[in-house]
Amino acid sequence: MTDIAHTDHRNPGLTAPAYRPADAPRRRLLSGGNIVTLLVLALLISIPIYSKGFFVFQMTQMLVYAIAVLGLNLLTGINGQFSLGHSAFYAIGAYTCAILVELGGVNYMLTIPIAGIVAFGFGFLFAFPALRLEGLYLALATFALAVATPQLLKLHAIEQWTGGVQGIVMFQDTFDVPVPFGLDMDPGVWTFYLTLFVFAVVYVLAMALVKSRTGRAMMAIRDNPIAARSMGISLPYYKATAFGVSALVTGIAGALNAIVIKFVAPDSFTFFFAILILVGMVIGGVGWLQGCLIGGLAMLYLPNIAEIFDNVVLWFAGLFGFADLLPSGNALQQQFIRLSGVIYGVILVLFIYVAPSGAGGLIRAIVSRVKRLTS
Amino acid sequence: MSALLKVENLTASYGELQVLRDMSFEVEQGGVTTLLGANGAGKTTTLRAICGMVRRSGRIVLDGQDISRRATEDIVRLGVAHVPDGRGTFTTLTTEENLHLGAMARPNNKAEIEADIQKCFEFFPRLKERRNQQAGTLSGGEQQMLAIARALMLRPKLMLLDEPSFGLAPLITRQIFDILADLTKETGTSMLVVEQNASLALELADHAYLIETGSIVMSGSSAAVREDESVRASYLGY
Repeated sequence: MTDIAHTDHRNPGLTAPAYRPADAPRRRLLSGGNIVTLLVLALLISIPIYSKGFFVFQMTQMLVYAIAVLGLNLLTGINGQFSLGHSAFYAIGAYTCAILVELGGVNYMLTIPIAGIVAFGFGFLFAFPALRLEGLYLALATFALAVATPQLLKLHAIEQWTGGVQGIVMFQDTFDVPVPFGLDMDPGVWTFYLTLFVFAVVYVLAMALVKSRTGRAMMAIRDNPIAARSMGISLPYYKATAFGVSALVTGIAGALNAIVIKFVAPDSFTFFFAILILVGMVIGGVGWLQGCLIGGLAMLYLPNIAEIFDNVVLWFAGLFGFADLLPSGNALQQQFIRLSGVIYGVILVLFIYVAPSGAGGLIRAIVSRVKRLTS
Repeated sequence: MSALLKVENLTASYGELQVLRDMSFEVEQGGVTTLLGANGAGKTTTLRAICGMVRRSGRIVLDGQDISRRATEDIVRLGVAHVPDGRGTFTTLTTEENLHLGAMARPNNKAEIEADIQKCFEFFPRLKERRNQQAGTLSGGEQQMLAIARALMLRPKLMLLDEPSFGLAPLITRQIFDILADLTKETGTSMLVVEQNASLALELADHAYLIETGSIVMSGSSAAVREDESVRASYLGY
C-alpha cells in the first residue's frame, strides 16, 4: 500500500491516503458475461467454416447492421437523444468510401476509418443546431436530415462525384472486393472477416467509452440533465460529442455496407432505413450495447420471417376454404394483397409486449430468475 | 470571519418573469447560512443564479473572484457544489457511479477519487451497502444522502443545498440535518441551505435571511431571527 501524500488547500478534512479497499469487487477474467462474449465471437468466427455463399453474405450484412445499431444506441441509449436520421450518417459513410475508392483510388480498407471521421464531422456539426432541441423536436430535425440526404445526393451539381440517381458501382475492374496480402480466400469470406474485425474493434471501443468518465457523463445527461449541469458537466460539449461518436460508428457501418454490396445509390438510404435501425435498436435493447447483434439479426430477418408467416397464413386460409383471402390476379397484384407488412407489425407489437425493454431486458430478467432459482 | 460568498444586487428572471429583485447577502467562511421563505419566494432560483443556471445580473463574488458572468461548469470547477432540488439522482446509474460523477469537475486522479469515495462511505455507511444498486431504487432518505455525498466528492468550498428535507419523513429529515451539522464541523465546508422547514434550518445555521417574493426582508443571526415575533408566527408556527 502506498500513501500518496496530498494536501488539499480547500478542504483538508477530506484528504485520505490512496488505497484500494479490500472489499472492492475484483474483476474476474472469466465472468459469465465474458464467457458469453467469447462464445458468440467463436460462433461468428466459425460461420464461414460450416456455411458458404449466401449465408456468409447475410451474416456480413447482419454485422454491418449491428454496427449501425450500436452507433444509434450510443446516442439514444447512452446519451438519451433521439434520431430518426441515422440513415444520413450511414449514407455519408457509404459515399465517402465509394468516392474515395472509385475516384480517389484509395485502398478500400483505409476508407473505413476515413468514412468514420467524415461522419463524425457531420454529426458533430449537426449537433450544434440540434442542441437546442429535445425529444420530439430533435426527432423532427433528424427526420428532416433523413429526408434531405437522398435528395442532396441526387443533385446535379455534385453528380460527377456521387453518380446522381445512378449511384456508384464499386470495384468495376476486379468485379469483386480485392483480397489483400495474397491470401487465398473467397472474397465473400474475406469481406465477412474484415467486417467482423471492424465490428469487434468498434464494439470494444464503444464498451470502453461507456465505462469511461466521458461515458458516465453522457449517461448522467440522459438520466438528469439539470443535475448533470450541477456536476459541472458541459451539456453542449458532451451532447455534441455523443452525436459525433454515434455518427462515426454509423458512418463506419455505411462504408462497410458499400464494400459488401459493392454499390451505393441514394435510394438505399431513405428515411425508411433510419427507422429500420431504430427498430433494430429497440429490439436489441435501448441502452444495452450488447443487444446490437440481436438488433442486426432483427433488421436482416424480420422482413423475411414476416413473409414466411404470410405464406403460412395464406396456406391455412386456402386449406380452410377462405378462398376470398387468397391472393388473386397476377404476381404484381398479389404483392399488394399480401400481408407481410401487417405481420411485421404484429411481430413487433408482440415482441414489445413480451419484452418491453428489448432483448436486453428479457435476457436480464431470465438471468436473474435463473440465479434466484439456483440460489 | 470573512465572507466566502458575497452576493450584491442579484436579479434573476425566467424569460419575462422576474423572480429575484436586488438581493444582497453573504455566506461566511466555514459557516452555515440559511435562506428561509415560503413556496415561490425565490429560494431555488437564488441557488440556480449563483450556479449560473438562470439568467442573472448583479455581482456574485466567490473567494474574491467575480463569478457573475461565469458558466456553470467553471463555477463548479471553482468549488461550488450544488445539491439540486428533488435531489437530482442519476437514477439508472449505481450509487458508486453517482459518486464518481460528483468528481467530474476535478482532475481525473483515480486514487484520490477512490479514496474520497471511501470517505463518503465512512460518513454514509448506508451508501456503502448500496454501492452497486441502481440509485433510482434507493429510498428518499438514501437518495438525499447520496446527493450530499456526491456534492462532497467535489471537495467543495461551498455547498448549496436546495431543500434537503424535501419529501422526507420527519425522523429522516432530522437525521439528514444532524449529518450536515457533523459535516460542517468535520470538514469545515461552508454551506448555503435553502429550506422551508425553518426551525430545523435555524438550528443548523449561524446566519439566516428571510426572502419574500424575490427580495430579502430580514437578516440576522439564527438566534435573533428565531426570536423575531413575525418569523415565529409565520414560519415557525408557535
